[in-house]
Amino acid sequence: MSTRMVEVRAKVMKQNDLLARALRERFRGEGTCVVGLVSSPGSGKTAFLEKLLSGLARDARVAALVGDLATENDAARLQRATPNVRQITTGTICHLDAQMVEKALESWRLDRIDFLFIENVGNLVCPSSYDLGEELRFVLLSATEGEDKPLKYPTIFNSSDVAIITKMDLADAAEFDLPAARRNIESVRPGMKVFEVSAKTGQGMPAVFDFLHAQLASSRQIRVAAAL
Amino acid sequence: MHELSIAISMIDQILEESETRGGLDVEVVHLKLGTFSGVDKDALLFSYELACEGTRLKGSRLEIESIPLIIYCGACQKNRTPPSMYQLSCPECGTPGQTIVSGREIEVASLEVAA
Ligand SMILES: Nc1nc2c(ncn2[C@@H]2O[C@H](COP(=O)(O)OP(=O)(O)OP(=O)(O)O)[C@@H](O)[C@H]2O)c(=O)[nH]1
Ligand SMILES: [Mg+2]
Ligand SMILES: [Zn+2]
Repeated sequence: MSTRMVEVRAKVMKQNDLLARALRERFRGEGTCVVGLVSSPGSGKTAFLEKLLSGLARDARVAALVGDLATENDAARLQRATPNVRQITTGTICHLDAQMVEKALESWRLDRIDFLFIENVGNLVCPSSYDLGEELRFVLLSATEGEDKPLKYPTIFNSSDVAIITKMDLADAAEFDLPAARRNIESVRPGMKVFEVSAKTGQGMPAVFDFLHAQLASSRQIRVAAAL
Repeated sequence: MHELSIAISMIDQILEESETRGGLDVEVVHLKLGTFSGVDKDALLFSYELACEGTRLKGSRLEIESIPLIIYCGACQKNRTPPSMYQLSCPECGTPGQTIVSGREIEVASLEVAA
């Protein structure tokens, strides 16, 4: 039996990408700075986010979406810092996608939110294929998980904008090789900004607050300039 | 494993394509898959077969063409193949490469259909 070729040239992620682009435009339009957080399970996303939310809430309006396979524990932890927290339970799905984010945002007044954080499911592989419309993606790496993580998962490090080295209070005990970690990050994502923090001691957090405030100010300036 | 989600999106897209063309009997699906896409080739092949069950694509074959990672070197003003996926720098001059030219794609290129 003979066959013929049909040209298709269809991007498989098109639907997600289009939705993510629409979300990004909406976030910009409303003046909300949206940050996605990815890391392996247990690297400290929720602990870092608790510190971020309570620190930023002093002079900004904050909110968070948190993805988890099954439990609502992370959302309960974050609700201590702000009531604006919603859980996205993904069931068997190992990543968030743009549609889940859009659905979770329902009825939220984004114009009343300065910073929205989206904690992804703990996973360094799958989230890299799914744009969520975030302005910035933070990838977290804990001092206890080894400095070669960026080399093992180059795709997610490369698709992120900022690296956060967490659990720095444990670095000495874990014999964490900080210069090697920084070298590896630079190797897979040249020029990447890196912060070193501890959610336990609060070390390094003020620098992240300053960075985010500057980010918010500059994206709003662009928005004002665009409106003129 | 997100390859199953990706296989499902892919199949939805192919079925849609088939429908707009009046129903195709797809025998082979040609996919371009970047080595820097974060998608595992074997896992995708496995997931594809699984996800085809109960659809019109059951029995079709997935053929994957791997697309290498290519970066743009600003210093040389040329596209370059980095030494590895773990070292995104120019192999000629060593300048770090911040722009990815290809290697991230997940794209259905063409379909072989019964004539
Ligand atoms: N010593 C210390 N422990 C930390 C720090 N950050 C997180 N932890 C601990 O590490 C464990 C995991 O932290 P989580 O914040 O739940 O990590 P996660 O990335 O949100 O985990 P998943 O959502 O399950 O992927 C908890 O026991 C935290 O108390 C830190 O900076 N220092
Ligand atoms: Mg968590
Ligand atoms: Zn060069």
